Amino acid sequence: MTPLPDSPPARDAPPGLPGLRTWRAVYAFVFGCFALWVVALAVFSWVFA
Amino acid sequence: MSLLDYVVLLGTMVGIAVYGVWQARGRKNLSAYLRSAHTLGWGTVGLSVMATQASAITFLSTPGQAYESGLGFVQNYFGLPIALIIVAAVFLPIYRRLNVYTAYEYLGHRFDSKTRLLGAGLFLLQRGLAAGLTIYAPAIILSTVLGWRLDATIVLTGLFVIIYTAVGGNEAVSVTQKWQMAVIFAGMAAAFAVLLAKLPSGLGLTDTLAVAGSFNKLQAVDFSIDFHKRYTVWSGVLGGLFLSLSYFGTDQSQVQRYLSGATLRESRLGLMFNAVLKIPMQFFILLLGALVFVFYQFETPPVFFNRATWAAHATGDAGAGLRAIETRFDAAHNEQRAKIHDWLAARHGADPEPAKAAMLAAHQRTEALRTEARQALAAADPIAQKNDADYVFITFVLEQMPHGIIGLLIALVFAAAVSSLSSELAALGETTTIDLYRHVLRTDASDLHYVRVSKALTAFWGLIAIGFALFAHLAENLIQAVNILGSIFYGVVLGLFLVAFFLRRIGGTAVFWGAVAAQALVFALYFSLNISYLWYNFIGCAACVLFSLILQSAIGSRGATAQPGCSILSSQA
Repeated sequence: MTPLPDSPPARDAPPGLPGLRTWRAVYAFVFGCFALWVVALAVFSWVFA
Repeated sequence: MSLLDYVVLLGTMVGIAVYGVWQARGRKNLSAYLRSAHTLGWGTVGLSVMATQASAITFLSTPGQAYESGLGFVQNYFGLPIALIIVAAVFLPIYRRLNVYTAYEYLGHRFDSKTRLLGAGLFLLQRGLAAGLTIYAPAIILSTVLGWRLDATIVLTGLFVIIYTAVGGNEAVSVTQKWQMAVIFAGMAAAFAVLLAKLPSGLGLTDTLAVAGSFNKLQAVDFSIDFHKRYTVWSGVLGGLFLSLSYFGTDQSQVQRYLSGATLRESRLGLMFNAVLKIPMQFFILLLGALVFVFYQFETPPVFFNRATWAAHATGDAGAGLRAIETRFDAAHNEQRAKIHDWLAARHGADPEPAKAAMLAAHQRTEALRTEARQALAAADPIAQKNDADYVFITFVLEQMPHGIIGLLIALVFAAAVSSLSSELAALGETTTIDLYRHVLRTDASDLHYVRVSKALTAFWGLIAIGFALFAHLAENLIQAVNILGSIFYGVVLGLFLVAFFLRRIGGTAVFWGAVAAQALVFALYFSLNISYLWYNFIGCAACVLFSLILQSAIGSRGATAQPGCSILSSQA
């Protein structure tokens, strides 16, 4: 392919988030949030059933 | 709507569009025009991805869905965070390493030209039709409740989006989407605050939720394994994962959004922003609908929320039957309201169950009258829309909100409509320019030439969308028809990309004919089987992968031309 003049760096820069040094940690955090939401919604459903 | 509402509506929408075009002025470089020259931060990318997915129908229909059926629809989004993690970890690094403009350009690198054209063609066909519905669906609701002309609403909305999208390009789309999302968040917060203030005095948040819960409106998750239920945790995780992977990973209207990030990090964080916030956002919108339900337990609602359609048939001698149902409904609702107050008074007592049973029985009587009203309307006018759920929230807004807030909430609906449409038009124009015009017709023109062509093609697709929306009313089941069309093609497109990313030994010839055969199979099954069209997403994808494997093993290693860095097993991301 023909490289374009503004080709962006495709290197895997660290996420730079406090407490989350690797992308694997970010994905684990996001998945944890998802799991937490499911649990919270289950509790919510149970409380107001 | 008052003059103040129109000032808020027009001032918000035009102001945001002018600001977006001004921010993106003077972009003559193709990369700057089509992907903002990779300058956007993760916040803008994240809001842009969110705005593209959230259409006007999200804000008109979703609260109505909660009003009717509760919060269970939130489970539909359970596969989304997992899909976005896969897109961020697998799809995105490869797209960025190859520095592609479109997802289909990647198919060209990984396979060959014909597979790229196949992927681009399927996208243009599907998204080109869907863009018309993006204008039509909110226009039909707003024109009905506000008394505007449908054709004028469609044409003005479409032209407005065409102008700022074609002139400002991708950056104008992203910048406007950021502020349009701000309007959407402000509108939702205002609706929530006003709604809480409108509830009867003395009814606290706990009592409010208790009332909603007693009518089964707060059942957000369902762990049962029942294939007949529309929304369960399992169908949400599996089906939602599949659909979200197709949408975020292969649909150019989304790929274009996150490829605009300044770096791989910005693009990834933009996607993770959505992965974290999408479920709570949908829950909040649904909760708004549940609270509107509680509000209308203490305030008499219309027997049919599409008041314009009801009023058109409830006049004169012919409408006497409808008016009689309305009178009986009002009386039944008054009785139900009294029973709810009885239950609230008895709720903390020794035995609240009899009061609750009486309340639920009264509710069943009012629901039976609503059903009777729909059936009577259908008998009076067989082509009248019988489902009024889409009109619940807009009716509440127009009849209960203060002036100024009404303008803000109508701006919210328009902001959602134009933000989705602008992404679709930009993606359609970009794909036609990059994958057809530059790839096939004219390969060696200047950037300025391609920018001009892209602007013209964006406008062209906008006019196609307007034309399609203007004639959409001629087909009663058009929305379903386009959904079916999307499901018929979406599965095969995802199959193409899954083979590209994960099966590096399969080459262009095998996957192209595998995809063609899978598409033919889907068509054959569609005309011979009677199953839900959602299944064709899975069937098309599985058939594409399977046929590609079979064809590749039949032709041997010939044609297997995976380039380094084009598939997950050969990438170092």
